[in-house]
Amino acid sequence: MNKTFDNRAWFLVLPVLLLVAFSAVIPLMTVVNYSVQDTFGNNEFFWAGTDWFVDTLTSDRFHAALLRNLAFSAVILAIEVPLGILVALAMPKKGVWVSVCLVLMALPLLIPWNVVGTIWQVFGRTDIGLLGRTLASLGLDYNYVQDPVDAWVTLIVMDVWHWTSLVVLLCYAGLVSIPDAYYQAAKIDGASRWAVFRFIQLPKMGRVLLIAVLLRFMDSFMIYTEPFVVTGGGPGNTTTFLSIDLVKMAVGQFDLGPAAAMSLIYFLIILLMSWVFYTVMTNAGTDRANREGAQ
Amino acid sequence: MLELDDVSRSVGGETHISDVSLTLARGSLNVLLGPTLAGKTSLMRLMAGLDQPTAGRIRMDGADVTGVPVRRRNVAMVYQQFINYPAMTVYENIASPMHLKGIGKAEIDAAVRRAATLLKLEPYLDRTPLNLSGGQQQRTAIARALVKNADLVLLDEPLANLDYKLREELREELPRIFAQTGAIFVYATTEPHEALLLGGTTITLSQGRVTQVGPTADVYRRPADLLTARTFSDPPLNVLSLEKRGGVFASTSGFRVAVPQRFAALQDGPWQIGIRPHALRPWSGRPEATRLKGRVVLSEVTGSQSFLHVDWDETRLVALLRGVHRVEAGDPIELEFEPDDMLVFSPDGRAAQACASTPLAA
Amino acid sequence: MARIRLDHIRHAYTPELAKAGTYALREVDHAFEDGGAYALLGPSGCGKTTLLNIISGLLTPSEGHVRFDEKDVTRLTPEARNIAQVFQFPVVYDTMTVAENLAFPLRNRRLPAGEIRSRVSNMLARLGLEVKANRKARGLTADEKQKISLGRGLVRSEVNAILFDEPLTVIDPHMKWQLRSQLKDLHRQSRMTMVYVTHDQTEALTFADKVVVMYEGEVVQIGTPEELFDRPRHTFVGYFIGSPGMNVLPCRVENGAALVGQARVPLPAAIDGAGRAGRLELGIRPEFVTLVPRGTGLPVSVERVEDVGHERVVRARLFGEKLVSVLPEGTPVPAEADAAFDPAALNLYADSWLVERRPA
Repeated sequence: MNKTFDNRAWFLVLPVLLLVAFSAVIPLMTVVNYSVQDTFGNNEFFWAGTDWFVDTLTSDRFHAALLRNLAFSAVILAIEVPLGILVALAMPKKGVWVSVCLVLMALPLLIPWNVVGTIWQVFGRTDIGLLGRTLASLGLDYNYVQDPVDAWVTLIVMDVWHWTSLVVLLCYAGLVSIPDAYYQAAKIDGASRWAVFRFIQLPKMGRVLLIAVLLRFMDSFMIYTEPFVVTGGGPGNTTTFLSIDLVKMAVGQFDLGPAAAMSLIYFLIILLMSWVFYTVMTNAGTDRANREGAQ
Repeated sequence: MLELDDVSRSVGGETHISDVSLTLARGSLNVLLGPTLAGKTSLMRLMAGLDQPTAGRIRMDGADVTGVPVRRRNVAMVYQQFINYPAMTVYENIASPMHLKGIGKAEIDAAVRRAATLLKLEPYLDRTPLNLSGGQQQRTAIARALVKNADLVLLDEPLANLDYKLREELREELPRIFAQTGAIFVYATTEPHEALLLGGTTITLSQGRVTQVGPTADVYRRPADLLTARTFSDPPLNVLSLEKRGGVFASTSGFRVAVPQRFAALQDGPWQIGIRPHALRPWSGRPEATRLKGRVVLSEVTGSQSFLHVDWDETRLVALLRGVHRVEAGDPIELEFEPDDMLVFSPDGRAAQACASTPLAA
Repeated sequence: MARIRLDHIRHAYTPELAKAGTYALREVDHAFEDGGAYALLGPSGCGKTTLLNIISGLLTPSEGHVRFDEKDVTRLTPEARNIAQVFQFPVVYDTMTVAENLAFPLRNRRLPAGEIRSRVSNMLARLGLEVKANRKARGLTADEKQKISLGRGLVRSEVNAILFDEPLTVIDPHMKWQLRSQLKDLHRQSRMTMVYVTHDQTEALTFADKVVVMYEGEVVQIGTPEELFDRPRHTFVGYFIGSPGMNVLPCRVENGAALVGQARVPLPAAIDGAGRAGRLELGIRPEFVTLVPRGTGLPVSVERVEDVGHERVVRARLFGEKLVSVLPEGTPVPAEADAAFDPAALNLYADSWLVERRPA
């Protein structure tokens, strides 16, 4: 790489380094510290080694929460990515409607998580909520407080409502950057709508789709606010995701050691999964090209 | 004076520039000539300080500037794409580098008007670049580079995105404009014709190496190697593989051409003979010319000139003839050339040493 | 294959522009004969690409009709018109191999697999891309990609025409020579109607049997390269074709001679300049301006001599008017010289349009 040729530039980086140290590194080290010790309060600590990690990794409660997380992320990606692409494809490419669509798309993204949660919590209530009442009057037995399926559906619909726009905007950016000549050539080649999507739009959207998938995976895997506000992790434990469980453990039960170990594992899982996504998706695009380039 | 001393740059194991040594004088116009990916842009980025060399030194007026960032060198650059500030008028665009330096208003105004006159931009000073033609936009970019009063002005294929005719006009104007400033100009192009029109010094590049440096007409007439000769020929250079046997170069099929006096001392054996397309003419019957009998593959007529693509002895030749010569594909044709017009290269591509006693044909 | 007839075509990009009288194409009425090689030549903004897109069906003209043979195709889609088009920037399907790219238009038209295979392998051979048949198109060079774009048109042997929109813009000079002669070769073999849009006169003149010169939304001249070179119908054609372009000198006509400043240039008898109203100009190509010893020709002052390798370009002034002369390589240029014009190459223009010579 390039040699650094003005060492004074480091001074400019200093504030960021300090900020990161205080906001990320030091808290993280605190967590690491907790995760290998046991405490009964009074600032008394006992060395626990890897006990908490072993406990967490073998606990059914952790497995169940992890499975819920994975299922939730899978469903979210399976819905939001195709839906986002479809909406992006349907959006106008030029004219006055472009800005209207963009503003509409950006709106949900501007609403804070807990507000979204609150809106849907009220919206879905069977006594006063518009959605809940309507469904009830249609004879559908919908109740997110008691029925696990309804709770899940509510959380998924909420997330789709909130975040599909992000996928849409990213895909749209990818789509508008495709030169017109490609579409014209495809028309002349007699390509079907599907072929245009499969051989022009999808390959050209590859990079932004990667970003969309990564962002949506990380975000949905770390979901906390919405289930906390709407279902509180219930009914039963059916919407208790890792994040919710973690908070219950740390704040509710004050089991700092296991909670710390769990949060580290949680962190590593997200890191690992993101890395896997990134490698798989970038490889799918560039690997073959590289190999051929080297021939 | 800009000096490059054994400068190399490689990125991720890939060599972009290798062992380039150059000395560019103040007030000189230097043309970097080479095909796409020859390293023209890479070399310019090194000269500008946008990239750092992995080996070698760069000196400006004797002072070592290797590693000095572009911001602290006095460099201006013009790109293939027309890069201007879209929200500013042409006047403000041209003035922008001086505003940054904090020069007085009156002085700025004088400089902007001088540059605008030079580049024929006076009528457009109040317009924004998007309301200008491509040629006017690029002239604005060039004017901005000029007023900066830079020590080094780099132009990276500045005319490539312009219409053919606009290119022709700007090419005619540029040497005159350059001559009026004292900077070092470096001008990259893929087109031999452009290099010849600009004149100055030509530096031919191939695969990250400098193959020859010299006054443009000299490099064109006396290429140091076959690669340079090919780079500097449009239409492409014709190359015949012949064997020297005493006083003649001969082909296996029986074609013979007398060895010119200045190459008489060359040893017998295989040589590569370069003949420029315009050195080929229709056979006139004169005894001192050498005749080539071939078969026409394609004839292209531009009105004033004709390009004949001819198959000769399993070699494809291109002849650039004055006037209109329409020949049906497949018809036989007889061409001639003067043995003195031959460029002679060894099998590994080095130019043959001509005997010094014979003056070269100009 | 078909004869393409452009029947009084006019085009404005929006109805508002049409109302204001701002037409990108002012009026084009022309036919491209079946099997011909045509070039549309002109500066950017002259309407040549607009015209090409009207032929291909990517644009529908505001007025007029496009006919392929006798069939009116004005409202048909590009696909239904059965034409092929090659664009300025190579369009390839990145994720497909070279062979798949060539097969794509055939697959879309549901040709039998065997037929597709034989046509594709034939085309790979003609383009010299056999060795790269199974490579992904993504990693190829610009000229290879452009060959693929061309090949996707040519594999459809039944197309009505192949249209080119400045196809050699991104190609290196040396590759241009190869691609161009390959293109001519393919035209000779296939005898498809080809229409080639460019701003580069060399490309236009060498490619086409007939060149259509366009200027500000109109066709100013259609002719063979020789016609365009020898007798440009409009001073714009004289300027645009030829490098450097034609010398155009403002003049007066008196007693069978053109007066440029005080220089007297006798006009051939076939040019009737007498009594012409309007602005008169004398046109002479730099190739037909020679230098003669002082006192034997028109008095010029030489300003600059450019050595461009195979020729020398002399820039001079004749009574203040710019005069360019092109001389063969090695011709000596004395500091003091006069100019002489070849009478056969003189053209007289009245209000920018050629004064036709009387037939001999």
